[in-house]
Amino acid sequence: MIPQQGAPSRRVVVTGLGATTPLGGDVATTWDGLLAGRSGVRTLEGDWVEELPVHIGAPCAVDPGAVLDRVEARRLDRSQQLALVAAREAWSDAGAPDADPLRLGVVVASGIGGAVSLIEAYDTLKEKGPRRVSPFTIPMIMPNGPAAVVSLELGARAGVHTPVSACASGAEAVAMGAQMIRDGRADIVVAGGTEACIHPLPMAAFAAMMALSKRNDEPERASRPYDKGRDGFVFGEGAGIVVLESAEHAEARGARVYAEFAGAGMTSDAHHIAQPDPVGTGAARAMVAALADAGLSARDIAHVNAHATSTPQGDVAEATAIHAALGAAADTAVVSATKSMTGHLLGAAGAVESIAVLLALHHRVAPPTINLDDPDDEVRLTIASGEPHSLPSGAIAALNNSFGFGGHNIALAFRSA
Amino acid sequence: MTEQDILAGLAEIVNDVAGTPISDIQPDKHFTDDLDIDSLSMVEVVVAAEEKFGVKIPDDDVKNLATVGDAVAYIQQAGVAA
Repeated sequence: MIPQQGAPSRRVVVTGLGATTPLGGDVATTWDGLLAGRSGVRTLEGDWVEELPVHIGAPCAVDPGAVLDRVEARRLDRSQQLALVAAREAWSDAGAPDADPLRLGVVVASGIGGAVSLIEAYDTLKEKGPRRVSPFTIPMIMPNGPAAVVSLELGARAGVHTPVSACASGAEAVAMGAQMIRDGRADIVVAGGTEACIHPLPMAAFAAMMALSKRNDEPERASRPYDKGRDGFVFGEGAGIVVLESAEHAEARGARVYAEFAGAGMTSDAHHIAQPDPVGTGAARAMVAALADAGLSARDIAHVNAHATSTPQGDVAEATAIHAALGAAADTAVVSATKSMTGHLLGAAGAVESIAVLLALHHRVAPPTINLDDPDDEVRLTIASGEPHSLPSGAIAALNNSFGFGGHNIALAFRSA
Repeated sequence: MTEQDILAGLAEIVNDVAGTPISDIQPDKHFTDDLDIDSLSMVEVVVAAEEKFGVKIPDDDVKNLATVGDAVAYIQQAGVAA
């Protein structure tokens, strides 16, 4: 993330937050749930559930169809509905700024996009014929659909983008959004990620990769990053959106600032299509790059929101990478694995976890990691286990890690305001 | 089927597709200019009307249906023809 030559790199701050997650339909209830150590994982409902090896998931606490207007909702894929709900909250939380449309951008990502709408349209095609396929099918399934829906809502004309990097997508969207401001293309960018794929086909497919936890009889204890008994991630859905703004613009309008976006590091593994590099070399390089981009040193990092999905290999690889990247500072940074509560929100994860980091810096408290009953001996980190951990006063910084199938590694650095 | 029956049925469809209040859906109303029915929503209206009234409305004829009244007349004609 090197600034364009000759153009001064502009500081980027975060002025609005929006989320709808398995813990709650907005940021406040999600944050309360995180601090309380509540699990959003439950037994899924549906006649298809019993046929799958995995019966648990982390659906959104509030159905977007209950929040949105009926006509509005029926033209949108569920991932777009969730993005719209979160974007409206974030925009309102930022004070609904009177923004110049030509200086307002949108970067909203999804890992899988409108796959469920595609599957349902195919069901319609087979059962009722081509004439009955909805004319809204393509807008509902295109991966840039959620970003386009948010841009229409806000009238954003500086540019609309959709990075796709599996479970790192939400974090990459935040990085890209900040880069639009740094590059001088926009003053405000609404950025984040969304995912809504709780459907038998994607779940069967992830289960076939042996990626999902099969702790069907104890849903709330299934997502257990760093615990010896972890057996895979829990498939979740949700959306997280942040309002990024140039520091000058935010200051000029007297906006409340949660924290500063300090920098990003983005690397790739070229190791395996789905397996993490066992020693997390690429992940470590991403963290080091984020620190360099932010002008931070490892000892500035007081908190890390880890990717930590609760898979046997991934959690250890990331812990190794955190040590490689932070050195001695890895012993003092407080690590939270919020997926222990939310489950894995795939393309929304990096955005929702950015919100968790921003609130951690804002309120000086790291959310807990639940279900860590028997810590893995290979993981030597200061984990906020069971209870929230307070963070120091003064100038501090935090990292948010997100990794995705395909070997994507994104680390975001945020600095306290 | 009377014009009134077709108008009432069409009004239900437009209300379902676009959320337009039933009372606003009158013969003189233009689908695009007055009722905010864009080309994609018009496809939904047409397919739903075909099903409801048991008629065929070929794509080439849809462009001639500018107002609610045009659609009512077309459906009545097509119904008689069928």
